[in-house]
Amino acid sequence: MKKPRLTRPVLLDVQDITRLYGPAKGCEAIDFRLHAGEVLGIVGESGSGKSTLLRVLAGLEAPDAGRVIYRRAVHEPEAARADFHEPEAARAGAGEDVLDKGELERDEAELDLYAVGEARRRALLRLEWGLVHQNPRDGLRMGVSAGANIGERLMAQGQRHYGQLRATGQAWMRQVELDPGRIDDAPRTFSGGMQQRLQIARTLVTRPRLVFMDEPTGGLDVSVQARLLDMLRTLVRSLGLSVVLVTHDLAVARLLAHRLMVMRRGQVVETGLTDQILDDPQHEYTQLLVSSVLTP
Amino acid sequence: MNGYNFAYLDEQTKRMIRRALLKAVAIPGYQVPFGGREMPMPYGWGTGGVQLTASILGADDILKVIDQGADDTTNAVSIRHFFQRVAGVETTTATTAADVIQTRHRIPETPLRSGQILVFQVPIPEPLRFIEPSEQETRLMHALEEYGVMHVKLYEDIARYGHIATTYAYPVKVDGRYVMDPSPIPKFDNPKLDGNPALMLFGAGREKRLYAIPPHTRVESLDFEDHPFEIQRWEHSCALCGSDRSYLDEVITDDKGGRMFVCSDTDYCQTRRGEVA
Amino acid sequence: MLSETGVSPKPSLPRLTVDGLHKQFLLHGQGGLEIDVMRDLSLTLHAGECLVLAGRSGIGKSTLLKMLYGDYRIDQGWIRLHFDDGELDLETLPAYAWHGLRRDVIGYVSQFLRVVPRVAAVDVVMEPLLARGADENEARQRAETLLARLNLPERLWRLPPGTFSGGEQQRVNIARGFIGEHPLLLLDEPTASLDAANRDVVIALIHEAKARGTAMLGIFHDEDVRERVADRLLPLDGSLGSPAATSQSFRESLS
Repeated sequence: MKKPRLTRPVLLDVQDITRLYGPAKGCEAIDFRLHAGEVLGIVGESGSGKSTLLRVLAGLEAPDAGRVIYRRAVHEPEAARADFHEPEAARAGAGEDVLDKGELERDEAELDLYAVGEARRRALLRLEWGLVHQNPRDGLRMGVSAGANIGERLMAQGQRHYGQLRATGQAWMRQVELDPGRIDDAPRTFSGGMQQRLQIARTLVTRPRLVFMDEPTGGLDVSVQARLLDMLRTLVRSLGLSVVLVTHDLAVARLLAHRLMVMRRGQVVETGLTDQILDDPQHEYTQLLVSSVLTP
Repeated sequence: MNGYNFAYLDEQTKRMIRRALLKAVAIPGYQVPFGGREMPMPYGWGTGGVQLTASILGADDILKVIDQGADDTTNAVSIRHFFQRVAGVETTTATTAADVIQTRHRIPETPLRSGQILVFQVPIPEPLRFIEPSEQETRLMHALEEYGVMHVKLYEDIARYGHIATTYAYPVKVDGRYVMDPSPIPKFDNPKLDGNPALMLFGAGREKRLYAIPPHTRVESLDFEDHPFEIQRWEHSCALCGSDRSYLDEVITDDKGGRMFVCSDTDYCQTRRGEVA
Repeated sequence: MLSETGVSPKPSLPRLTVDGLHKQFLLHGQGGLEIDVMRDLSLTLHAGECLVLAGRSGIGKSTLLKMLYGDYRIDQGWIRLHFDDGELDLETLPAYAWHGLRRDVIGYVSQFLRVVPRVAAVDVVMEPLLARGADENEARQRAETLLARLNLPERLWRLPPGTFSGGEQQRVNIARGFIGEHPLLLLDEPTASLDAANRDVVIALIHEAKARGTAMLGIFHDEDVRERVADRLLPLDGSLGSPAATSQSFRESLS
């Protein structure tokens, strides 16, 4: 049999990011790469700096130091994006250094998130990236209908056909298991779990390449969480999303994330394959964190 | 009149407002901040429009003031009297005779000509305000042309009423760039904004913003491909002049449900009646 | 058909070689306690071969499978996969590459089913195929065929396996493990809680996998099953187990 192609283009190159509000408040010297099609979980207790890091990564807050580089393929056809399992990437040896060099660089454009102008950055957030807030109220327009919420990003892209916007809205409601018959209802009439699914539909409708999620199952009942987790997994797979997921819940991280980064006091203490972090943690703090969880 | 500078405002203030107006004309649809003055009338009575009018008025100009299309309503009469007293300018009710027309809620039915200036009184200049309370954010949205939310509002109209139910202050895009609130004119008047030979100035006294549409500027009303912009239509003609192409007001004539539809533009209506009669 | 000598009956190239593998757990919470659980383990596995890990119960045979699957870190030693066109060293494989490897190359039937709650059994089983972008209907059909073969009552297919009996869960797990037809399959007591009829089904599945050329590494406590599936035994009493603790996992070693 042939050797599998395990290389993935680097989508986000995070270089030495520091954003401190005070000593050990915020995040410090964070360095990592997110590959296309990858779900990276950032775990840690509250105050560990994971939310600050997410805000910096998502373009909402400039770092004190460091760079966030977004590498986007310039001539990427739509079909290639859907078929994320077989990226036309360089095939090389095993080491990360070897994997990421070579042909990959060829048709990629680099975008330095905080070096480009605000216009460019905001357009990026609006068109190619997505952000799912913990509290759906922060991500939804509570005063307008579910359909308008889903359609907003499309309208921002210039879609001007009401009938099509509505059809897309209904299709997405079905996709996130909401009753399409409620397309004209305001989000405030929805339950918390339904609002969260609506927020996800609103974010994913433009098929972003990169999605940031901040405790997406955080405020929900356990029974609702499970359904949402399954839905997120399915969407990540079918849309070929790359995700940075912030969560304090190791069970959520286990089910969603391919890879984990453990943070404490603003710094990354350990990083690796999710199962390895949770089953064979190396760092003292990670061992404490993992052994403190009630359910495995 | 003694004790006042010509047209009430001091010359420094007029110059400041004129500079702002020049900027507004140079960037059609863009809201320019200006240092609004206290006027001898409360906000909401047209202080923005009055300051603009005062700044551009010349001694030879003939002024017309309308409110809801009418020259004889309280607001129109008092502003007209104000300028008669502080500037001593000639006033008129005839659209064709006026050099400067200050207006609230309407654009005259009689087509304007080159050289005329229409001054709008604007209550809320920011078309994005309904969705975004932060001024800093709305300015950024304008700067970056982030106008998706304007269509959210129209979408919501169609979802709720089956058509775009916004009938006044209907948002427009000026010269393909800035989204602008045309002040609370009925959308019936929106087509008159497009390519108009007159200069149109907008003043918001409370918010201290002014903006402009220079003559012959492209002004499009926002809409959807499958729900194009449409103006109001009436089944009636004007009960007084018989016009079937003007904006009509419904007037209650008695306590028994009697009513009639008449032109909101009194000058237009009277002129037609003069012609007809 | 056991070959005590350790010589493969197949002339094919090795698919997997393990050389000088060590594993040690360092428990910071217990005053830096070090537990050696594996010393100098080496093995070679060929395509179409089922190698069975042998040794006393409780010495941590799962540890090796977990290292091969990336659950445990490889501290010392080499794990190498062989392909027609090259090799892949797992000890240096970057973390991001592991999920692709698991999707396409290494399959794992664990002892316990770990899934998103409330997801139907059939969806759990078909997921490895969907992860490769397979057609959903086709994947569902194959999942149902496997579940039927493993005698899981049809009324359970649409139910989440959380409430199933141990044996029923195990069969869902087996179906999920076999559906992907990975070229390397790790089997951690797949028949432990099965009755004789279902054990036979699993044995048949293993034989079919061998015929496809799948290389398998398994733990089977049941003597009869072991006899029927093993091409070779790998004795581990010398290299597994610890004088300090018989640790099977980090979590267990903490309790």
